[in-house]
Amino acid sequence: MKILVPIKRVVDYNVRVRVKSDGSGVETEGVKMSINPFDEIALEEALRIKEAGNAEEVIVCSIGSADCQQQLRTGLAMGADRAIHVSSETDVQPLTAARVFKALIDKENPEIVFLGKQAIDGDNNQTGQMLAAIWGRPQATFASKVELEDGKATVTREVDAGLEVLEVDLPAVLTSDLRLNEPRFVKLPDIMKAKRKPLDEVSLDDLGVEAAPTLEATAFEPPPKRGGGRILESAQELVDELKNKGLL
Amino acid sequence: MARVLIIAQQEDGVLNPATAKTLQGALGLGIDDIDIAVFGENIDAAAESAARLEGATQVLKFDHAEFAHATAARIAPEIHAMAGDYSHVFGPSTTFGKDLVPRVAALIGVNQISDIQEVIDAYTFKRPIYAGNAIITVKAAAEHTVVGTIRAASFSTAASADSASQIESRNPATEDPGHTRFVRLETGGGEGPDLQTADRVVSGGRALGSSDGFKVIFDFAGKLGAAVGASRAAVDAGYVPNELQVGQTGKIIAPELYFAVGISGAIQHLTGIKDAGTIVAINKDAEAPIFEVADYGLVGDLWEILPEIEKLI
Repeated sequence: MKILVPIKRVVDYNVRVRVKSDGSGVETEGVKMSINPFDEIALEEALRIKEAGNAEEVIVCSIGSADCQQQLRTGLAMGADRAIHVSSETDVQPLTAARVFKALIDKENPEIVFLGKQAIDGDNNQTGQMLAAIWGRPQATFASKVELEDGKATVTREVDAGLEVLEVDLPAVLTSDLRLNEPRFVKLPDIMKAKRKPLDEVSLDDLGVEAAPTLEATAFEPPPKRGGGRILESAQELVDELKNKGLL
Repeated sequence: MARVLIIAQQEDGVLNPATAKTLQGALGLGIDDIDIAVFGENIDAAAESAARLEGATQVLKFDHAEFAHATAARIAPEIHAMAGDYSHVFGPSTTFGKDLVPRVAALIGVNQISDIQEVIDAYTFKRPIYAGNAIITVKAAAEHTVVGTIRAASFSTAASADSASQIESRNPATEDPGHTRFVRLETGGGEGPDLQTADRVVSGGRALGSSDGFKVIFDFAGKLGAAVGASRAAVDAGYVPNELQVGQTGKIIAPELYFAVGISGAIQHLTGIKDAGTIVAINKDAEAPIFEVADYGLVGDLWEILPEIEKLI
C-alpha cells in the first residue's frame, strides 16, 4: 500500500503575519517558512502506518515554486521514501490543488491520501474534501485517531459535538486534526540521507491541469483592533463595571 | 436566476442555531429567493423551525433513513443534483459545514469561500486568513455558482417570521455510495448552555493544571449560567474534551460576555473570540497577550480571584 501526503510550504506557525502597508498581500519577505503543521501531522501518521507494517511507501508531494523543495526535503528527512514537486510559479486555489493530487493519484494509485485539515495561511479547509469529491472516494476529515484493517479505515473525527467515528473503505482521503499525533524531530543524519532520496519534478502542464482560479483576492486589510481595555484593581471593581454595563 | 440554497444543520431533529445565522448572512446578498434544505431522519421539528425563519422562501425536507447520519459523501451528491437551480449555495462554518460544503463545491467545479464574515454584495465577501491576522476581500466570478460557508459568530440570528414558509418533502435523487459508514458519536455529555451559541462563556487555560482544577471553571460558569470553553493548551493536556476548544481550529464564538481564565492568549485563541462583546481576562502574568484584547483585566491568582467574584454576584 502506498500513502500520498501532500504538504504545503507556509509561513511558520510562530510568525506574526502582517498585512503589507499597500494592502496588496501579507508580508512574506524574509519570513521563516515551514511545512504546514497539519500536513506535518498527516505525514507523521503516514510514517507511523508504514512503520507498523501497514504500508510500503510514503510519497510526499507539494505544489509551488522551487522553494517548496526545502519542505519536501524535510519530509524526506522525516522518513518519506520519495517526493514529487509539482512546479507552479503562481499560488493555486484549493480546487486546482485537488485536481493536481487527483492526477498524481492516477499515476501512483495510493490507498490513502493523507492531508492536513487546513493550511494555516489561507485557512480554507477545502482541499481534502474536494479531492475526495473528484476522486469519488470517502473522506474522513479532522482525524484524531486512525485504525486500519481489511481494506478499511476506522477514523475518529473531532467534531463540534465531540468525537465522531466513521468507517470508510479504502482508497480514501483522510485529513488530520491537531491531536492525531506529535510529529517527530528530524535528526541530522536523516537530513543527509534525505539528500539522496528521489525528488521528481513535474509541471501542471505535464499533469494536464489548468490553474483556472475561480476566486479573486481584491484587497487585504489588518483585522479591526479591539479598543484598549483596562486593568482593574479588584474583583469588586470588575463586578461593578459588568453590572453597570448590564452584563451581570 | 438569482436563487440561494442554504444547507441546514440539525441534530436529532433539532435545528442547529448556526442555520439561522447562515440565513442571516445570506440575507446580505440582496437575493429574495432563499430555500433551506434539511437532511436527516425524523426531522419534522427541524424543518418547521427552518420554515419559521424570516427570509426563507421554502424549506426542502429530505427525511430519509439514509440521511440519519448524514455523511458528506452521502449528502454532497444530493446537493449537487439540485445545485443547477441555484446561483448560491451556503452552509454553516461548523465542522458539519466544513466537512460537507467543499465536497459540494468540488462537484459543482468551483472553489469555496470559507468562513465568510461579511457579505459585501452577491459576489464579494470578506473572510479571515492567517488565523485572523489578515482579512481578505474575495470576489467570485458571476458566471459560476457561488459556494461558501458562513461564520456563525459574525452574524446575528435571523428573526422569526409571522407565518411559516412552505415545507416541501423531497426524495433522495442519488444513491448511497456505501463506502462511508457512521459508527458512533461520543459526546462529553456536558451540562449547561451550548458553547457555540451561549451569551456567556467562561474559558480556562493551562493554568488550571488538571481536570480537577477545571472544576472551578465549571462551578463559576454554572453560577453565571455560562458555557465552558478552553484553550488549546488545556485540551491538549487532557483537562477537558476537544469539543470545548475555542480558537482558530476549535470553535469561533461571539458571546456577550467572555471570561478568559488562566489563558495567555495565543493568536490562535484570540481569533476565536474577537467578536465577543466584552472580554474579561484573569491571569497572573501582567504581560500576557490576552490583556491586549481584554476590555477588563485582573492580574493575579485565579484561585483567589474567582471565588471573590463568585461571592459578589
